[in-house]
Amino acid sequence: MQRTYELMFIVRPDMAEEEVDKLISTLESNVTGAGGAVKSAEKMGKRRLAYIVRSFHEGQYVLLTLEGSGTMIHEVERRLRVTEPVIKFITVRVDEDLKRVAKIKAIRATRVKRSPAPAATPEAPAEGASAAV
Amino acid sequence: MSEQETTAAPQTANARSEGGASQGGFSRGGGRGDRRPAGGPGGRDSGRKFFRRKKVCKFCVEKIDAINYKDVRLLAQFVAERGKIVPRRLTGVCTPHQRRLSAAIKQARNIALLPFAARY
Repeated sequence: MQRTYELMFIVRPDMAEEEVDKLISTLESNVTGAGGAVKSAEKMGKRRLAYIVRSFHEGQYVLLTLEGSGTMIHEVERRLRVTEPVIKFITVRVDEDLKRVAKIKAIRATRVKRSPAPAATPEAPAEGASAAV
Repeated sequence: MSEQETTAAPQTANARSEGGASQGGFSRGGGRGDRRPAGGPGGRDSGRKFFRRKKVCKFCVEKIDAINYKDVRLLAQFVAERGKIVPRRLTGVCTPHQRRLSAAIKQARNIALLPFAARY
């Protein structure tokens, strides 16, 4: 079962750029080894954390978009847990959400094509508040 | 006659409930005050002078389909100073969107993009 996941993780701030790159490439090899594929990898740069994580106030965010099965994700998560420089991670399944958004977009497109309905004329002002009491 | 009355009655009731919902109020007193002058079907317009304007769902109006946990700037608008999720009755967000919004906020908290509880 091929699914799309977003994997976001935080690397400790004192880690050098090249080492982060190396970490990402090893992760990619792990993913491909487990039968998945990395669709995109993005370093989102250093950012202040909203709360202290393992006594760090800031961290380097990395976002990966993965494709693969649940067992693949399980394996990747296990590896992240034992990878010392990764201080926090989250995996989010996005394929269903993407599908939903695509559906909404399609519906919207057909509606626009059919009729750009003229805006309803505003109602006449009320006949008076006193009458209603 | 009686039929007419019965048909008319639900309409006004609808208008009233709409008026009550529109001010999305802070207190019950406000709700009562809104209802009385609103009364008829034209209550929305007459109410404009005196009352809070109807709150609308930001996500419906701006047609934001996907509420993403990475979009901190968007989510931060619906989080109070101390890090709490702001209730629907204050922001005007519709129920389906509030559901997705709160899920996104919780995901963002998990990855330290938003605080669980902000400190002073």
